[in-house]
Order: sequence, then structure tokens, then C-alpha cells
Amino acid sequence: MKQLDLRRFPGFFAITLLCVVVLYAPLLVVSVYSFNASTSITSWGGASLAWYVDVFTGPESPKFQRAAMNSLIIAVLAGICATLIATSAAVAMHRAGRFRGKTATFALINLPLMVPEVVTAVASLIFFTAIGFSGGIGTILLAHITFCIPFAYLPIAARMQSVPDSYEQAAMDLYATPWEAFRLILLPLMMPGIFSGFLLAFIISLDDFLITNFVKGAGVETLPTAIFGAVKQGIKPNIMAISTLMLAVSVVFVTLSWLIGRSGQAKKTE
Amino acid sequence: MTGTVINIDRVVKRFGTFTALHEVSLDIAENEFFTLLGPSGCGKTTLLRCIAGFEPVSGGQIRLHGEDIAPLPPFKRPVNTVFQHYALFPHMTVLENVMFGLQRLGWSVVDAEGRAKQALELVHLSQFLKRRPGQLSGGQQQRVALARALAPEPKVLLLDEPLSALDLKLRQAVRMELKQIQRETGIAFVFVTHDQEEALTMSDRIAVMSDGHVQQIGAPREIYEAPVNRFVADFIGETNLIEVPVLGIADGMAEVSLPGGRALRCPTPLNRAVGQGVLSLRPERIDLCPASEADLTVIATDQVYLGTDIQLKAQLAGGQEMTVRLQNAQATRLPERGAEVGLKLEAGAARLLSA
Repeated sequence: MKQLDLRRFPGFFAITLLCVVVLYAPLLVVSVYSFNASTSITSWGGASLAWYVDVFTGPESPKFQRAAMNSLIIAVLAGICATLIATSAAVAMHRAGRFRGKTATFALINLPLMVPEVVTAVASLIFFTAIGFSGGIGTILLAHITFCIPFAYLPIAARMQSVPDSYEQAAMDLYATPWEAFRLILLPLMMPGIFSGFLLAFIISLDDFLITNFVKGAGVETLPTAIFGAVKQGIKPNIMAISTLMLAVSVVFVTLSWLIGRSGQAKKTE
Repeated sequence: MTGTVINIDRVVKRFGTFTALHEVSLDIAENEFFTLLGPSGCGKTTLLRCIAGFEPVSGGQIRLHGEDIAPLPPFKRPVNTVFQHYALFPHMTVLENVMFGLQRLGWSVVDAEGRAKQALELVHLSQFLKRRPGQLSGGQQQRVALARALAPEPKVLLLDEPLSALDLKLRQAVRMELKQIQRETGIAFVFVTHDQEEALTMSDRIAVMSDGHVQQIGAPREIYEAPVNRFVADFIGETNLIEVPVLGIADGMAEVSLPGGRALRCPTPLNRAVGQGVLSLRPERIDLCPASEADLTVIATDQVYLGTDIQLKAQLAGGQEMTVRLQNAQATRLPERGAEVGLKLEAGAARLLSA
């Protein structure tokens, strides 16, 4: 049978073009205009790195640097914690055999992916208020760990599914205790998945605005909330420069996460 | 007779409502190449996993030199396993793989390395110490798995269909080598396979299993020539199974009435007279003969050329199919299709089993 060739469908090219333009044109505009020499955000005044210099040395730079530092600390800590929890969860889901409520557990782990973010944001705010936590780095961190878990879980679980449990059985057959079998065999084999999961959690945390904005409290800013705050007072090209920098960081991390995940896959099939 | 290394005593294994092993009992002697043979789903791998400790038994005892090891976890049992797909650790080199067990036992790196190299020498793989398993061929991986399991000098080596992933030529070469390594090391091997040829060529003794029961335990020759029941006769080698009326049984010999009316005396494991039995006739112990001397008369239906042998397909008067194997040298006097042929049963051809 002849294979269905999607490219021959009428309108395929037009629809594809439309999607690509709608998705990426704004990003392209922001990236290009971040190199604008003019202070206008709509008219091109020649190429320049002035706004990048402004980001690091300009009048608003201390505010953004503090926010960036907060974002970084939160993203690293949230990424690590979420990865640890997700790794434990993956081990339990894929090595503990069948247990009551396994499907429910799987659903609970992944629920944050399905729940509208604003609902999580409001719920987190109400929860923190109810138990008397005042907003700050701590509340942001807790909220971030929570919603990062499913993002860390997915690549870790995928990796773990590709590691047959005969490896650990072989290890235990060769006198390794269950802990040694985990530490010496399963953990190294899962490492690409764990690293990929960490990178994903890190970037999700770094980019989050909505939940952060709800739970952060007064005076504490992360980079996205700081950008939002600045935009409310009018969009200046330095915002575009910061956004472009964040975009670059995100692209690098997501690509790394994908490459690491893929290298693990390639090894498996060899 | 050397001592018993493993004593399996009425071992039961249930998975939910399914019983995989029904009170299986058998002894494995020191220095023995023992094979668990049976079709898939017969419980042979389950029994092996019970010995290794991957499956807890539901009942019975597994004694190693008299001590019940059934309650011990796998890492406390002095037995090692060669897995079906080898399960070599992909992130370690060949040498590290073989050293793994020794190091868990507390050997120093120097000692473990020395012993591991010896084990790799035994399987002729000394030149690949620094390679990763992924860089080796299937046959080489199989040798690494063997070296890894032998290095800690287990009391018993368990092998879970280790040859099934190899191609035919390699499989035949490895058989002899495995047997030789078993003799050299003096370690008892428990070998699981569904391949009867593998079992017959390598084993000192074979346990034929089906449906979670041990059907027969014995030397290859015993299993082939003196099967105790219909399942064993049919599973090991080729056979013709023909229902016959039994005239009498005494002292391990039976007298039966062959189709066509001739009486035949043949050995039997049965000791009580039964009205009807199943006669197992090995195709290679049947020969052609003139009709006047024939034990059985058949109509030739087809012939299959097998190289060394020719397989003659035939039909009894009742319509039942029969197979006869003739050496190729006798090919000159092969009957035409549709011709009436006399068959002579040679000594050892027939054995009466319960229906």
C-alpha cells in the first residue's frame, strides 16, 4: 500500500506556515528588536547591543539581577528536590510490583500537568495562607517543587521502563544487597533520565510566572515576575533583551535534556 | 555416587490461583550437569528462579548441602545464574562485570581482578577485558555471562536457556564447551531448556517437566529409551503412538496385540494389567521387510528427504499416520507412494505406556 503523504494534502503548506508564524513570529520580533539601537519598540534604529549592556549595568539592573538570582536559586533547589521525589516515585512505580492504588498514584503524580495552572496557583495561595506561611522564597520553592515533580517524573520513568529488571536480579544474584543493586546498577543506568528530568524541572521552574506571582508575597521577585512588573510600566527594549536571554537559556536546557534522553535511548538499542 | 548438593523437597509455587509447581521433588548431585527440560510454561524456569531466590516458594524446602535456603534472599545464596539474555551490566566493562560478584563478597580489587581474569581465560575472552558488553557479539556476551557467574565459584550454577539467543552453528559449538567447562570446574550445573537435543547431548541427568510436575528423571539414554509415560515418549525425540489392546503384563514386559493381529512382547513401566495401552514406536527402530515377516502392514503415503535419513510417511489400515526413519543407504528399496509395505519392529522399538 502506498504510504499516506501528508505533504500532498491540499492546504498543507499554508496551514503549516500559519502555525509556524503564529507560534514563532512574536519570539522572532522580540529577539530581533532586542538588538535595536533605538529606544522605540516598534521602529528599527540599527543594530546594537546597547540594551544587553543596559540589562547588566543600567539603572534597573540591580532589580533584575536580584530577581535573576532568586530565580536561579529556586530553580536549582526546586529541580533537585523534584528530581529526588520523582526518582523515588519512578522506582516505586516500576520496581515495587503491583500495589493497591498504583493507577491512582500515577494519576496523582501527573495531575499537576492537567490541572489549570491558575487553579493550582489559587489553591497554593489559599493553602499557604491557611497554614500561616507568609509569602517569600520558601513558599515559591514549595510550590515550584510540587508542580515540577511530573515534569521530572516523565523522562525518569521513561528511562526506567527501558531498564529491564533482570539487571538488578543479576546484581542480587551476584551477592549485591538491594541497596547495592540500586546504587551500583539501577541508578547509573537511570542517570540519563534523571539528568534529563532535572533539566526539565529546572527550566519549568525558571520560566514559571503564574503560580510564582500568586504565592511570592510582597517584595520578592523572580525574573518572570520582575519582567511582568517592568512591563506594566511600559515595554522598554531592555525587557526584550532579558526575554531573549531567557529564551536562549531555555532553548539550551531543553535541547540538553532532549539530547541526554536520546543518548540513553540510543545506547539501549545498540 | 557423590553427595547431593541441592535437594528440592516438595516445592510448591503458586501465582495467585495458578499453580506453577506441584510438590516438585528432585536431588541434584555434586559435579552433575542436570537439565530441566520441558515445553514453555511447564515450570522449569520457575523452579530455577526458586532455586536462585527470585521467586519465594509457596511451600516445601530447597536444601543446599542440607541447609534450607528457601527463606534466604538471592544475595545470600551461594548460587549464581546465567540469564537468558545475559543481563550484563551495560555501563561496566567486561572485567568489571566479572569482578562484580567477587567485590560484593568482600574481595579486594587485586584479588577480584586476578580471579576475574582467570574466569575470563576459562571462557577464552582474555582479550576483551576493557570492552563494554554492547561491543561484543552474542556468543561473546554469553561467555562473559558464564565467566561472571562462575567467578565466585558458586556451589551450583543455574543456566536459564543461555543458548536460545545464539544462532544454530554457534549453539552447537557452545554446547560442547559448556559441558567441558562444567567438567573442568566441577560445579553442579542446573540447565533449563526446551530443546531436547540440547538436553540429550549435554546432560548427565534430565528432569522432564510438564504442567508443573516432574514426569521423569534419568540419564539421557534412560529418558529416551525407557520413557515412563506418553508425555515423555512424545516430547523426547520422535515417536509413533498407537493405541493397542493389552493381553497381559508381567515382570516389566507386556504382551500386546498389534493392529493386523500379531502379538508383540515389549517392555513397559506399567505393572498392572490394563485393557488398553499406548504403544510408543521409535521411527528409527522400524525397518522395511517382506510382507510375510511383517509386524505391521502399512500403505506408504509420502517420503521426506532429510540428508542422512529418509522419513517415510505411512498409514495403518485404520487410517492412523506412522513415521519410519530409514538410513539413506537403504534408499534403493524405497516403496512407491500407495504401495503396501511390511514393517519390522527391531529390538527396543516398542514400549507400552498407559493410555
